Amino acid sequence: MTQTMQRWLLILVATLSLSTLTGCGYNDFQKLDESSKSAWSEVLNQYQRRADLVPNIVASVKGQANFEQDTLTKVIEARAKATSIQVTPETLNNPEAFDKFQKAQGELSGALSRLMVVSEQYPQLQANQAFRDLRVTLEGTENRITVARNSYIKTVQEYNVLARSFPTNITAKIFSYPPKATFSVQNEAQISVPPTVDFGTPKK
Amino acid sequence: MAVARFEHCIERCIDRYILRWLAAIFFVVTAGTAMAQAVLPVPVLDARVIDQTGTLDATTRQTLDAKLAAFEQKKGSQIVVLMVPTTQPEDIASYANRVASTWKIGRKEVGDGVLVIVAKDDRKMRIEVARTLEGAVPDLTAARIIDEQMKPRFRDNDFAGGIGAAVDQLVAIIGGEALPEVARSSTQRGARGGGFNWPELGIFLFFGVFAVGRMARSILGNKLGPIVTGLGAGVVAMVVTSSILLAVAAGFISLLFTLFSGALSLPSMGNGGRRGSAWGGAVGGGLGGGFGGGFGGGSSGGGGFGSGGGGSFGGGGASGGW
Repeated sequence: MTQTMQRWLLILVATLSLSTLTGCGYNDFQKLDESSKSAWSEVLNQYQRRADLVPNIVASVKGQANFEQDTLTKVIEARAKATSIQVTPETLNNPEAFDKFQKAQGELSGALSRLMVVSEQYPQLQANQAFRDLRVTLEGTENRITVARNSYIKTVQEYNVLARSFPTNITAKIFSYPPKATFSVQNEAQISVPPTVDFGTPKK
Repeated sequence: MAVARFEHCIERCIDRYILRWLAAIFFVVTAGTAMAQAVLPVPVLDARVIDQTGTLDATTRQTLDAKLAAFEQKKGSQIVVLMVPTTQPEDIASYANRVASTWKIGRKEVGDGVLVIVAKDDRKMRIEVARTLEGAVPDLTAARIIDEQMKPRFRDNDFAGGIGAAVDQLVAIIGGEALPEVARSSTQRGARGGGFNWPELGIFLFFGVFAVGRMARSILGNKLGPIVTGLGAGVVAMVVTSSILLAVAAGFISLLFTLFSGALSLPSMGNGGRRGSAWGGAVGGGLGGGFGGGFGGGSSGGGGFGSGGGGSFGGGGASGGW
């Protein structure tokens, strides 16, 4: 009798430990951690691609006589700032560093889009094939950044749900898998206000 | 009196507080669902040329489809043309990426797909290129196809001509690219078997037979229960693997398994029997799932157009308007 009891206990313990091993989500953490890291690398890759593109754009715009210097310097400064930030995998677990990185890249996005808008006023520049090519490349890069950011947000969301929900949050605590930082809308206040359209006299 | 009033006030405060919270939650939930519903659904991929606007006539569509089919036969790459009235509220780039990522056009192992998308009422078009083909069709090339082939023809309302010229260019460019040879069996298997996880099916069958067998036995009794479970497992195996032999085997094994496990799962049973039944189940599940996986892929195929399921889209390509 005792022997059968012992056997039963053994089987029970074995099945329990097996179910907790698969149920605690350790493997899921491994998988999602790795996939969010690779999604993050893709984001960095595309940001780097944009940073590499900027000098070419600046050079081609400089060729244009009397181009607005202010816009140009802003782009150059924003690029210098964005590329000066060192990004490591630890950045993902550090919200402040992440915010700083995101802000710097956002500034570069803003400066570049302003440059493109300003360039519309120069017909010679618009007729220049090299500049048009650069423009298409920049558009493609910005689009790739959006896609890479979206896929990063998706993987991190999956990861964070796992890291926060019970019982996998215990696994996260034990093996130290904290929730990761993710992208947010930078100009939240700005886009919640409807745009004002002014058909008045043009400035200047 | 004062105390009562005070209590009343507190009550009201709490009520308000709760109400506000409920309102906030309600707002968030409805806003969330509204936003989720707002974007356009991804159309069903049932042809190489999908026209939701009714712009292209049947012959044009057939010619285009035949051209693309022939190209896929020869080179393996999949090109799909989609015409929609509008992509609002999304811009065409994100809509195109969403559609392409859902369809995953392109061969399974290669991932060579291109989506040509035209939003007629928005007067926008885009060529969305899978990562594999970003070298063959860089953004600049895509932009040039849009500017030189599509834009002028679209301005004259010649949509068939514009799309045809763009497709011709794409075919010529991708045709010159060194891509892996077309392997007939692999594309067919990719088209049907894509996304099916065989080990998971095995596990599912194992537990499914176990659970269903228990239930059927308790409802239908010791004799009818196992028979019904066996028949059910056979039918499932038949549907999934489309092989009668496997279906019979799976059905027979689950019948035996249910019969055994039922007889032995009483509290007073011995150890040996319990272990034996578990092994029986494992073998049954393994046979039903594992073997089915081996044969199932080959036996299906043909009929209609399906995505290769390998295309991965990273936002490559170019957009334009007319």
